[in-house]
Parts: sequence; structure tokens; C-alpha cells
Amino acid sequence: MSQLPRTLPGAGFWWETRASLAFVERNLYLVKRYWHLELAFLIFNVASAMSVLYIGEAQMQASGGSAAREGQLDLVLFLGIGTVVWAYLRAVFANVGEMVAWERWEGTIEYTMMAPISRLAHMLGVSLFSIIYGLARSALLLGVLSLFFSVDLSKANVAGAGIVLLAGSISFLGFGIMAAVLPLLFPERGEEMTFVISSILLLVSGVYYPISVLPDWMEPLATISPATYVLEGMRAALLEGAPTSALGPSLVPTLILGGLALPIGVAIFSWGERYAKRTGRLKRSG
Amino acid sequence: MVATLERPETQLASDTGATPAAMVEHVSKVFINRPLLRRAQVKEVRAVDDVSLTVKQGEIFGILGANGSGKSTLIRMLSTLLIPDSGRVEVFGFDVLKQEAQVKRLINRVSVEASFFKKLSPAENLAYALRLYGRSGPAVREETLAVLERLGVAREKVGEPLEQLSRGMQQKVAIARALLTSPVLLLDEPTTGLDPRSKLDVQQFVHELRDGHDATILLCTHDMSEAATLCDRVAILEMGRLVALDTVDGLKRRFGAEMGSLDPTLEEIFIHLTGRSLDDDEGDTA
Repeated sequence: MSQLPRTLPGAGFWWETRASLAFVERNLYLVKRYWHLELAFLIFNVASAMSVLYIGEAQMQASGGSAAREGQLDLVLFLGIGTVVWAYLRAVFANVGEMVAWERWEGTIEYTMMAPISRLAHMLGVSLFSIIYGLARSALLLGVLSLFFSVDLSKANVAGAGIVLLAGSISFLGFGIMAAVLPLLFPERGEEMTFVISSILLLVSGVYYPISVLPDWMEPLATISPATYVLEGMRAALLEGAPTSALGPSLVPTLILGGLALPIGVAIFSWGERYAKRTGRLKRSG
Repeated sequence: MVATLERPETQLASDTGATPAAMVEHVSKVFINRPLLRRAQVKEVRAVDDVSLTVKQGEIFGILGANGSGKSTLIRMLSTLLIPDSGRVEVFGFDVLKQEAQVKRLINRVSVEASFFKKLSPAENLAYALRLYGRSGPAVREETLAVLERLGVAREKVGEPLEQLSRGMQQKVAIARALLTSPVLLLDEPTTGLDPRSKLDVQQFVHELRDGHDATILLCTHDMSEAATLCDRVAILEMGRLVALDTVDGLKRRFGAEMGSLDPTLEEIFIHLTGRSLDDDEGDTA
């Protein structure tokens, strides 16, 4: 067998974890270099969110002004939570979902895929960055929105909302990993297909409206969307000030869906990578 | 300051005797193109057909072949990016399928287009690569800067986007990156498309690596004089099959007589064996 001394690096848990930070560091460099794109997306997000919130404001004024709000749903806060939470979940999903597409675009896919790091560690690094990035983007969005809309969060259970949000991240990481395989299998159109997944999640999860307004045939989709439970939990914690112990009806399905989505995502990606390596699709361009 | 391109933890044994750096044994790969319409004909391309070869440690081994001859397919199988249909591929005795993780720690590839994040600086790209290969910290950062300086990238330029460097310089950075992380370099047409000056620069750099370091290099090239100058041995592929493998002098002795020439050039031998020249060999993907 080999004449190599057995000093090959790697293969240990800590080694892999440290190596996974390469993706966090690299993506932070990319954000810095593409700052003008980040700024453009932020402006787009803020403008879209404000448009939605002004619809809520107009609706509330039409129904009798601020005096009529007592005991009623604060529509602006309802929409604001939906907008910010969706911005976070969408950022997590998109960053993980673009794991392959982005590298293909940059021409580095082959280099990264032949690097001596397990795919799990690769996914861990990308997921860590996605969560950091999603939180930063959502915090910025929230900061800007709070300058324009006064919202009352005096009753809010912020810690409980944070737990729900982090629990929801697990599912979206899983969905993102599932979506990431598409550009591997379909080099030409895979990236576009990931938009379909996020659009459907947006439609059925009650981001801007209660899911009760959906047609009957669409409601089952809402029950399997983790965003539905994340939004329910977030609204209960922030709008109603529900204690963390009362968030079980949202947290439990969120964690169950996350527990299913993550391993299924990893399994699908592994299968897709092997298929791509067998058929010669693992190339820098289509 | 003169930098040295040192190896990471992985080191060759002082005794380079028995274990070859790379071994390819009866390897075949067929690509099947299945059209969506059932009536349309299924296309099969036999990219590599029962190829066997061995690359010794510390050797520069050239692979020559016309467009579609299977050179890149062979390199991609050694890189773990493509799964062979049959046969065995090993790197330092490690099987590319069963011991993929170990193989990945020993190889690195430089292709026609340097695989970099072009908006990131040379230093950022190298930091990412080194982290992926388990190397980080201030000492490594200093080593990276020294290597870049030695390549002619001034310290004030290391922070600028890589896209602002010439293609020749990008290729040299790519080769340096490969050598900083792995003992086996797969250079897949690294000088194709470069202007004569850059080409010479890169060739000199490869020469330096051979003379000053213990690297094993597999070089796919279109340039016959490059192969004759740099390579210890060359393999000639034609339609996926290995048609000759020897030193350049060995090939001259072997085929000179039947060609009626005492000192044929490598190009003449190539044409004699394959019946075609390499002039139209751009964009080889097979």
C-alpha cells in the first residue's frame, strides 16, 4: 500500500468544523465585495415591505382610525412580522439553495466539490453563514421599518419569538439543501426551479394573510409548510405576548418538520451529487 | 523575502519506491445522452476506453490528445469529479471511489480557466482554499502573502480583485494555490489561451516546481514543445484509447524508424499515431 506517512490531515469532527468556517469567511468576503448588490437588495426589500405595511395602515384607517384598533388585530404589526420573518426565512433558504448555483456562476464548482471536506461540513458552513446573513438582513430591515411605523411590542415575548425563529431555520436549511441539488441535476434551469419552491412556500404559509383565506385544496399545503408554524408562533409571541411554554403548538410541528426536512435534504443532495458524478454533470458550466 | 512553497501536513515518504502517485487500471467511461423523445436515437460517447497507466512520484507526466480524446475525462476521474464505469483509479494507493476523502487531500486541479472567485482578491481566494484544506492562522496568512509576493503580486495588489490580474498571473496563483495544499497537481491545459509571454511565465513556473519541489504533476497540454520540455513521460490518447506511453526520447526511438526519421518531433509522432494534428484542439471537454 502507500508509502505515505499516516499524517493525512482531516477526517476528525473538529477539523471538519474548522474547515467549514471557510464558507462563512468566503461568503463574508463576497458580501463585502458585492456590497452594491447587497445595498440594492436591501433597498428593494425595504421598499417592498413598506408598501405592504402601508396597505395595512390604509386598511386600518379605512376601518375607523387608531381609535378603532382597541381589541382588534394590529394589521400593521401582523404584516410587519410576516414581512420580517419571511425575509429571514427566505434569506436562509436562498443562501443554502444557491450553494451550487453560485459556485457554477463563479466557475468554482469543481474546485469546491473536490476539496477535502465532507459534504456535511460544507453544508454546515453554508448554513451557518445563511443564518448569520439572514439575521443581519432581517435586523436591518426591522430597523428601517421601525423608523417609519410605530409598533407596540411592550407585551412581546422576544425570547420565545427567537426560539421559534431558530427552530424554523432548521426546516428552511433542509428545504434549501433540497433546492440546492436542482442546479446540480439541471445545470441550465435548476436555479429557476428553486424560485418555484420559495414562491409556493410564500403563497401557502400565511405570510401576509391568515391561512384560513386560502381555498380548501391549498390548506393542506399550509399544514406541511414550516413557515406556517413559525409565523403562528412568532405572532403569538410578539402580538399576544404568549409565554414560551404556550408556544408548543407552533414549536413542536416546526421541530418535527425540521427533523424531517434536514436529513431528507442531505440524503437528496448526496444522491444528486453521486448522479452528477456518474453522468458528468458536475462541471463548471452547463 | 523569498517564499518557499511548502507542503501542508501531508508529506511524501522519503522512499518514493513502490507506491505510484497515480494509477489508472483498465478504466472506461461512456457518456450516454438520452433524449426526451423516445424515438430519437440514444447517443453514446466512449470517452475513455480501457486505459491503464501509472504516474510515478515526483514525475511530470504529460497527457496528449486531440479534441475528444478523453484527456479531461481522465483528469476528472482522478479528481473525484467523475465516477468511472469500470476499472480502478488510485492516488498514492487510495481508491478514488472507496477512499474519496483521502484522495481529495492529496490532489488539486488547475484547469483552463482558473477556478477563482474573481471579485475576491488573491489573498482572499488563497485564504479560502487554505481553510478548506485545514490550514489557517497568522503564520499561514504570512506564508500566503509571501507566496504571492514571490509570484510577482506586490503587497499593495494582494487586496485587489483577482479579475484585475492578467490571466497568466491568475494561472500562476492557481498553481501556487494547488501546491500549497496538495502534493499531486492535475494541470488541465493550464497554458491554453494565454498570450506567449504569460504562457512562458507559467511554463517556467511549472519548471521551477519540478526542480525545487517534490510535486507530482499530470499535465494535459496542446503544446507539443511544452510537453517535450516539461514532461518526463507522455501518454498519447486517441478516441479514448491509450496509443503510446513513454519518454519523449523513447517515443522518438520507438517510432522514428517506422516513420523513416532519425529525430522526429513530438508533433510528428503524434500525427503519425493519431492521423491528426492538435491545431483545432480548443475547448476539449471529453
